[in-house]
Amino acid sequence: MPTVAPLDLDGHCVTASFLDNIPFFALADGTVHWLDHGQKSLKLHDGLLSATTTAKNDVMISGGEDGKVMSLTAAGVAEELASIGKKWVTSVASGPQGALAYASGRNAWVRFADGKTKEFNHPRSVEGIAFSPKGMRVGVARYNGATLHFPAADGTPTELQWDGAHTGITFSPDGAFLVTTMQENALHGWKLVDAKHMRMTGYPAKVKSLSWSAKGKWLASSGAPAAIVWPFSGKDGPMGKAPLELGTRGNTMVTSVACHPSEDIVAVGYEDGMVLAVRFADAKEVLLRRPGKGAITSMAWDKEERRLAFGSASGDCGVIDITG
Amino acid sequence: MTEAQTQIPVTVLTGYLGSGKTTLLNRILSENHGKRYAVIVNEFGEIGIDNDLIVESDEEIYEMNNGCVCCTVRGDLIRVVEGLMRRPGRFDAIVVETTGLADPVPVAQTFFMDDDVRSKTKLDAVVALVDAKHLPLRLKDSREAEDQIAFADVVVLNKTDLVTADELRDVEAAIRAINPSAKIHRTTRAGVALDQVLDRGAFDLKRVLADDPHFLDAHDHDHDHECGPNCDHDHHHHHDHDHDHAHHDHDHHEHGAVSPIHDVTVQSVSLRGGEMDSKKFFPWIEKITQMEGPNILRLKGIIAIKDDPDRYVIQGVHMIIEGDHQRAWKDDEKHESRLVFIGRELDAERLKRSFEACQAA
Repeated sequence: MPTVAPLDLDGHCVTASFLDNIPFFALADGTVHWLDHGQKSLKLHDGLLSATTTAKNDVMISGGEDGKVMSLTAAGVAEELASIGKKWVTSVASGPQGALAYASGRNAWVRFADGKTKEFNHPRSVEGIAFSPKGMRVGVARYNGATLHFPAADGTPTELQWDGAHTGITFSPDGAFLVTTMQENALHGWKLVDAKHMRMTGYPAKVKSLSWSAKGKWLASSGAPAAIVWPFSGKDGPMGKAPLELGTRGNTMVTSVACHPSEDIVAVGYEDGMVLAVRFADAKEVLLRRPGKGAITSMAWDKEERRLAFGSASGDCGVIDITG
Repeated sequence: MTEAQTQIPVTVLTGYLGSGKTTLLNRILSENHGKRYAVIVNEFGEIGIDNDLIVESDEEIYEMNNGCVCCTVRGDLIRVVEGLMRRPGRFDAIVVETTGLADPVPVAQTFFMDDDVRSKTKLDAVVALVDAKHLPLRLKDSREAEDQIAFADVVVLNKTDLVTADELRDVEAAIRAINPSAKIHRTTRAGVALDQVLDRGAFDLKRVLADDPHFLDAHDHDHDHECGPNCDHDHHHHHDHDHDHAHHDHDHHEHGAVSPIHDVTVQSVSLRGGEMDSKKFFPWIEKITQMEGPNILRLKGIIAIKDDPDRYVIQGVHMIIEGDHQRAWKDDEKHESRLVFIGRELDAERLKRSFEACQAA
């Protein structure tokens, strides 16, 4: 039986994650809490807007209302990486070779491991930013499409057009596909080798959470009463194929998804605070957490694939041990 | 959600540089009303805004991907409001200050078209600051000035001390010609009472038009005072009168009067009719807003539906239209329908004809 170790915090949890197997919870007020032999916390920002974890799961990168980009290690050591003044840093991304990216308004910046920074200006706002897992390539979600920059080289960016406002962005783990969330209730994708379009529609609400399954075979998404899981194992991605609908509930919406690191299982968080684990093969569901005070906003698995950290919009966070 | 969240009211302030917008904003922020505001500005201006919570955002107009050119939202507001609402304890209301060149429509539509924004906030009113001295010039050289007035629920006609009585009358007539249903307040130094600007519920169907006695009644002005088109004093007593004057229909306010200053491109069409056949009216209004949506800036109406004991109230922005039962008709109220369109290139004759055809037999 799964057991839940609750952690009641005060306020909206933006990101729940593990740093070196220690659960971390970044709140919108700028405080980060973690559970390392007792509860610890640090005021990282005056207002935290976005946070992500490096691929090695050893550092958290965050952007704030205070115009700062900060890093936080598993040991709780914070460092200011950048400061852009009074503007909000609305998205951050972590990339290969210690690089990171952040965005504010119409500008995006890539900061390399040696501290050098490169700025990219866009005619429209940068709504989301992500690194490709391979090579030094950054994708920006913007109005009417996405822009791919190659920050290690000089040259013109690649523009991918699709009408509408694109609000978030992710590359598939093999780097073959780029997927954006949209202001409309839809995802859009590009197969990068030939820029072929992929439309993924039919959601009753905006998609705010995406998670690639092990080896990138599936892409799980929120925005419906079920987790919508698109097949990406074929060379054309999900085109012409129906998605899986997992963990369907009649009276609430899925707000967060987190695929298991190695197995075809997805953790599904709902607007009422419930968390289920669902297996792709047979849609079998296991209840991980009963409904709580607020919508699940973020979830992450630990490296041992044993624990799931979750955060909520009301601050009732926690860690679920699935082995019990 | 297990916790019901109250919707935070949002006031939109429009107006050109020098119209007194920042003065009014600073009054809103500093007067002793016990409320805390989050302020969203396009750019930090020259004149300081004295507030703890100010967010600067780049105006980012997004057309929705549904083939409708007038379905626009402000992407930057969606993002900022979402961010602000993650820490709702910091403020009680939001003020959005737009630049003089900003189109007020996407700002307003954001609060109707985005589900997340709509669930957490509610548009309270659009307030336009107008400089009495410079408005005639503005109206000549920019469409935005006209749009801001056309779209406003409240017009603060500021700097009246800089013009003569005649000039003021002309400016007010120009405003009235563009927007017959807005409340106009004449001020100096943006000195309007804040309760005339805040908590107006101008988009709240339960309240829209509820405090506008002129809107429906064409027969209640044989009283002891002269009220100009800017009258904003309390007229609620009109509804309690029991004397019978239901049939003299003298045109008290010629709302559609052409401005002496300027031939405006925005026009208003006021329609009046009796009880409507619901089977005809609803398909008609649906069709009109679909077809004429791009030309309609605002619409407001009180509709008497045959065999319905309640007043039906509708309001719309372009193609977005909302309607609801407001309250029961009072015994002494005449069951009549009134609909006002503010927009461009509206075919008044056709609107009138087709509206009247929706009347119940």
